[in-house]
Amino acid sequence: MAKTIMIDGLSIPFEEGQTIMQAATDAGVYIPHLCHHPEFSPHGSCKLCTVKVNGRNCSACTFPAMEGQEVINNAKDLNADRQKITQMLFVEGNHFCPSCEKTGNCQLQAVAYHLNMLDDHFPLFYQHREMDASHADLLIDHNRCIFCTLCVRASHEHDGKEVFAISGRGINKHLIVNSESGLLKDTDISAKDKAAHICPTGAILIKHTAYQVPIGERIYDHQQIDQVSLNSEQVDHDK
Amino acid sequence: MQTFIEDLITKNNYQATHLLAVLRAVQTQYHHIPKAAIEQIATLLLIPRTQIIGVIEFYSFFHLTPRGQYELLISDSITDHMLGKHEMTAYIEQKLNVKLGEVRTDGLVSFDNTSCTGLCDQGPAALINGYALPHLTPAKIDQMADLINQQLPVSAWPKVLFDVKDNVIKSSLLLAHPIQPGEALHTAFKRGLKETLKEIDMSGLRGRGGAGFKTATKWQYCSEEKTDEHIVVCNADEGEPGTFKDRVLLNAYAHHVFEGMTLCAAIIGAKKGFLYLRGEYLHLYDQLNAILADRLKLGLLGQHILGANVDFDIEICLGAGAYICGEESALIESLEGKMGIPRNRPPYPVTQGYLGKPTVVNNVETFMAAAKIAVNGGEWFAAMGTEKSKGTKILSICGDCDNPGIYEVAFGASIQSILDDCGAKDVLGIQIGGPSGTFISNTELARKIAFEDLATGGSFIIFNNTRNILDIVNNFTHFFAHESCGFCTPCRVGTSLLKNQLDKIVNGHGSAGDVVALEELCQLVKTQSHCGLGQTAANPILTTLERYPELYQAQLKKISYEPGFDLDAALETARRLVNRDDVAAHLTQVEEG
Repeated sequence: MAKTIMIDGLSIPFEEGQTIMQAATDAGVYIPHLCHHPEFSPHGSCKLCTVKVNGRNCSACTFPAMEGQEVINNAKDLNADRQKITQMLFVEGNHFCPSCEKTGNCQLQAVAYHLNMLDDHFPLFYQHREMDASHADLLIDHNRCIFCTLCVRASHEHDGKEVFAISGRGINKHLIVNSESGLLKDTDISAKDKAAHICPTGAILIKHTAYQVPIGERIYDHQQIDQVSLNSEQVDHDK
Repeated sequence: MQTFIEDLITKNNYQATHLLAVLRAVQTQYHHIPKAAIEQIATLLLIPRTQIIGVIEFYSFFHLTPRGQYELLISDSITDHMLGKHEMTAYIEQKLNVKLGEVRTDGLVSFDNTSCTGLCDQGPAALINGYALPHLTPAKIDQMADLINQQLPVSAWPKVLFDVKDNVIKSSLLLAHPIQPGEALHTAFKRGLKETLKEIDMSGLRGRGGAGFKTATKWQYCSEEKTDEHIVVCNADEGEPGTFKDRVLLNAYAHHVFEGMTLCAAIIGAKKGFLYLRGEYLHLYDQLNAILADRLKLGLLGQHILGANVDFDIEICLGAGAYICGEESALIESLEGKMGIPRNRPPYPVTQGYLGKPTVVNNVETFMAAAKIAVNGGEWFAAMGTEKSKGTKILSICGDCDNPGIYEVAFGASIQSILDDCGAKDVLGIQIGGPSGTFISNTELARKIAFEDLATGGSFIIFNNTRNILDIVNNFTHFFAHESCGFCTPCRVGTSLLKNQLDKIVNGHGSAGDVVALEELCQLVKTQSHCGLGQTAANPILTTLERYPELYQAQLKKISYEPGFDLDAALETARRLVNRDDVAAHLTQVEEG
């Protein structure tokens, strides 16, 4: 008989070595997340996927599923905290959804809608952040970076490069690129790289593609992120 | 510079794990890490330049832009404030003609704040090119100004400037009756290693860093991992503001500590050990290496220790200014030459630690206690203390008392008895366990030092009734925001939000909802953060808000809402542009009446 864990009262089977996130996704249970992506090693930094495992807070994306776990996921207090963590990400950077070309395709925005975030709640930091438009095909808008490290991991694990890294400490964290000049144009990134397409927000964009899909026909315009995420990530996992 | 770096990398055996040591040397030589150095190091160590830049920007003691040839850092801990840090800062600024946070225009001197330097019993303290300067006075600053103007190297400065005192005032199990080098190992080999682990188990010894995990259990788990590459790490990254006992132990009892590490190595089967020494204790580095050399000569390190089938070596690695590296998995990352970011757990270090090898990480005091237990037996240790907290605890006592210094007390000692010992009068409250611990008021002096009541890694800061609690809380809250590694959202953003929200209240801009908002934020940071730093960063606010709610309320304005920004100050640029400063060019924050 397959081993199981309980998530919100449902019995969920898992395979040895799976994380709670993987087991949940396979069983069609959505756990909110931003820094997790099924193709890359888990990171555990955004903390949106925090669940209660036998009463203790754990990151579902890194914590291994183990027989007998009682997991609470879709609970009022956890979702309230997730909403506040999402608000933290919004006030930390400079996110102006209406004028951002990623709107409608942005996971940060979609997760905020999913968690019923209606305002910023916290005072904004108004941090001064630069853009790097030096590359012919790609653009970095540091205002929108949430330090999920998906581009770092995609470049390292998938593209076999080391284009991105997160530098600095605390609130001064920032994304850097691997070139002597510090500019994206001098790195070995290509617009075909996975790292160029993985950003969950509008921090890394492909130039000249901005409004090819009109607003109203974008990924999250008709579907919530829980459905989109399960559809794509379950498929990913079965590959 | 090219040859300097080539030699340096050769000396470090082309090991990327030695990145911090390499960068420390470059910083010392060039007062920053030049771009060309980054390129060369990346090429020689075969690591991406981004890893090097990441490390430079992570640790406070590394810089991408030049600091002064004389880099002066003043300790910004609350105890330094209480001993006159502000006055000394002003005097240094005037005497050395350099503003705090700046480099003098001639590039000779730079001056900045640094987190607690572990000289809390002899502050206000500073670091000059990394070396500890205790007890700053105007006379000493005059002397330093002369030395700097003569451009005399710090190594040639009078030794009296660097005279760090041990101030051991009360000794008990650990500090009284020192053991001889090799005594613990002799006894352990004679008794048998398994039996010695049993003695440590029987002693009830729990980790002295504060978390209190049972030492024998940790060693047992690690020894059960099937590999012959176990690692022993001594955590001497004593960064909790108000604690300095590890500095004293490493200065006066280093043999005990190394003996404890070697004992652990023999028990778990490790051949390699590290002492991770916080950068602020650079002044101990050479003498500790000399002691290691002595122990090698005595046959207490190296091959076939005391003729037994035990090989073990210890390497000392210096930190570079990051409180988070006291967290064991962040410390391991740092030992590997990376940013000190706490790992996801599981796996725990006992199964996968340094370079993925099973690793025991223990505090300085824990290793020392283990060595003494090996000699004197578990019963000897367990006879003192309480049922759940056996033995003694070494406290670093500082703040408002007659005799600050090192006190070894039995677990279970009441706070009142400790205050009597050190001569503390007119007490307002005590910060126990440092900023990450608990603030207790003068109505709780019957409480006890014990894992089951007030746990502490050693920090014990006393405040008398002349002190302002909000100043204390503010200092601690700023400290956590500065030291957050930034890995997880709740701590990275949360500690800075806490800082801003508390500033708003302390500076008199808080209104009715602001204390409630502060408390909500505290709970979020506490419950959602990735590691102990974030989980305890709100403690200074939470423990004082619980005890002195009226203090916070009294700071609030009697209006329902006050914006977080200063409206009038925001107009300053506009006023300058139009060259106006009349009444009509100013706005009041909120309409009067």
